Amino acid sequence: MNTFSESFSVALGLITQGDATLWPIVALSLRVSASACALGAGAGLLLGAWLAVARFPGHAAVVGVLNTLLALPSVVVGLVVYLLLSRSGPLGSWGILFTPTAMVVAQTILVVPLIAALARQLVADALREGGDELAAMGAGKLLSALLLLAHARLAVLTVLLTAFGRAVAEVGAVMIVGGNIAGVTRVMTTAIALETSKGDLPLALALGLVLLGVVGLVNLAVGLVQRRGGAGVPLAAGAAA
Amino acid sequence: MDLNFLTLRRGALALLGTITLSAGLPVLAQGNFIVMASTTSTEQSGLFGHLLPAFKAATGTDVRVVALGTGQALDTARRGDADIVFVHDQAAEEKFVADGFGLKRLPVMYNDFVLIGPAADPAKARGKDIVAALQKVAASGAPFVSRGDKSGTHAAELRYWKTAGTDIATTKPAGYKECGCGMGPALNIAASTGAYVLADRGTWLNFKNRADLAVLVEGDNRLFNQYGVMVVNPAKHPHVKQALAQGFADWVVSPAGQASIAAYKIGGEQLFFPNAGK
Amino acid sequence: MTGLPPAVAAVAAPLLALQGAGVHFGAQAALRDITLQIRRGDRIALVGANGSGKTTLLRLLNGLLAPSSGSRLATGAPVTAMLFQRPFLLHFSVRRNLQLALWLARVPAAQRGVRLDDALRRVGLQAMADRPARSLSGGQQQRLALARAWAVQPDILFLDEPTASLDPSAKREVEALIDDFGHAGMALVMSTHNLGQAKRLANRVLYLDAGRLLADLPVDDFFHRTDLPPEAAQFLKGELPWT
Repeated sequence: MNTFSESFSVALGLITQGDATLWPIVALSLRVSASACALGAGAGLLLGAWLAVARFPGHAAVVGVLNTLLALPSVVVGLVVYLLLSRSGPLGSWGILFTPTAMVVAQTILVVPLIAALARQLVADALREGGDELAAMGAGKLLSALLLLAHARLAVLTVLLTAFGRAVAEVGAVMIVGGNIAGVTRVMTTAIALETSKGDLPLALALGLVLLGVVGLVNLAVGLVQRRGGAGVPLAAGAAA
Repeated sequence: MDLNFLTLRRGALALLGTITLSAGLPVLAQGNFIVMASTTSTEQSGLFGHLLPAFKAATGTDVRVVALGTGQALDTARRGDADIVFVHDQAAEEKFVADGFGLKRLPVMYNDFVLIGPAADPAKARGKDIVAALQKVAASGAPFVSRGDKSGTHAAELRYWKTAGTDIATTKPAGYKECGCGMGPALNIAASTGAYVLADRGTWLNFKNRADLAVLVEGDNRLFNQYGVMVVNPAKHPHVKQALAQGFADWVVSPAGQASIAAYKIGGEQLFFPNAGK
Repeated sequence: MTGLPPAVAAVAAPLLALQGAGVHFGAQAALRDITLQIRRGDRIALVGANGSGKTTLLRLLNGLLAPSSGSRLATGAPVTAMLFQRPFLLHFSVRRNLQLALWLARVPAAQRGVRLDDALRRVGLQAMADRPARSLSGGQQQRLALARAWAVQPDILFLDEPTASLDPSAKREVEALIDDFGHAGMALVMSTHNLGQAKRLANRVLYLDAGRLLADLPVDDFFHRTDLPPEAAQFLKGELPWT
């Protein structure tokens, strides 16, 4: 129990004393994962919407593969992206290995299946409710799907928060493609891994608490936005009025 | 299309993406820095936090350290993902140069390994002789944690076992366990299971989770751990920043660099002993 | 079929026609051999038992489905709109929902504001323009759906049991509006279970039984003739107490 209570006081100390190395690490975590979610949202929402309305031979197989990718281990993504971005790999000339850009790329790949799979389900459910009516008004299938995403925007926001949680909490991908370079590619999770391997467990746990606290603040801010803009808008997509 | 709710949403998303992406995008591959592949034990000793700022002050070059196991560090350099390598496994380093991946190998400094174990020392290994100590550990069947990760420390450990008459590849002593992990995690395991473990002094001095572990064997000549630096060969990887990397190699073996190494202390104790050109 | 003199019939060319059209879902035939025409001035009540194919016929007429056999012909690209039993409104304001409908119907941007305001006035929802559409009552939502239809100025308005889920006063409001639209020149095709409603609003009745069109008559003829097909006669007898 000592480690736990010690880590709480260490965490408090870190935050109140404004440790000079801590906040850049926190900021980088947020920037990398937020960027990955922004890019992932663009690709994932479109992919999910398209899959909800497209019909082609092998459609069920594609959806099956997508759902399987939900369980993609982050370390595997890291490894694959590393091999792609390595100087000896096909995209080596980009020269982005061991930079935050590579970390954004890896985390984007990680969250796209998540966002797409959940968006597909969202749209499919919403289509059952309003697909006919949108078609009657003249909307083509893909446009209907996109309109329904805008319609179910609170549920979409929850999907994006889920993706953000997955990204900001993962360590396997960013460790391999970022290299945990001090001051350049060190983020919260790789810092925690480092302190753990150095045996400084209270500090590692404290960093974990700080990470949770920061993500908690993000969720709080998003919740406020939801409430402010959502008078009369229910939280779940497809909830009948 | 004046459908502002949809475009507003998409536009905001795109803007957010661009801002955060550009914010997270520092310099690309161009810029006044080199990537150095080194080992986790060297990084965890804290040496780089002391040495690299001195180098930057002297030359203006940033060094970005990617800390891995020795084997992984050399592989990374073989792939061309680092400009310079700084590890401690002479045999592997010489092969690296012989295979054409590195320019000349320069010895830089040495530190030492120590045998760590429970203070109560059930195997009676305490002393100044590492080989005798390992023989006693094997004989007593006491638990022993090996990193098992092809690191420089692991390679050294296997060499000592061999000198002690045990070929780990064929026969492991009772109580011998491999974790496939770094120095810190291996020490963690030793601390919680009361096991013996071979560690580098730097990681040990920085290690905070000691439980009842203590240094049992030190000072044996054979425990010295030699570090070497090699610039990655631009003939194999033309993009390597040869000039900047050579700048580091030259500086670290120069009197200024060597003095900086000697000045690094933990709790008043010097960790690394410069021996360039010797 | 409608009993009009040939000269008038020639002028009122059909907006929409089905010729021997059928719809199959897998092995099941939902509609069989349907032949009918819709003209300006038509106010059609589509009646029949549950499962007789009313909704499928409406969707076929509106082009939401393609015929599995036979053909569907539209003359001069008629504009259509459709109302469903429970209107689907997006999680936006009343105004936004109307703007979306206008945009989807490709109404030129310059006209959208005028049409929007006109539509809201027509159904009496001006005060609600900025309220979330989903916060409206059932009757108000259906009126919004009518406004949505009015805004695109359809030649034909299809309605699938538009008042079935409404309370009596909302029902009256919505019926009044439908009547109003019909008088304003929209052709109406409305499925309904409520034969009183059919009598009040329609000038022509289509009777469907198990996917076949068994009767296509002016409203008075349908309700008062004695030589109706037996299924239709039975239907009327069974349903009349529900007026």
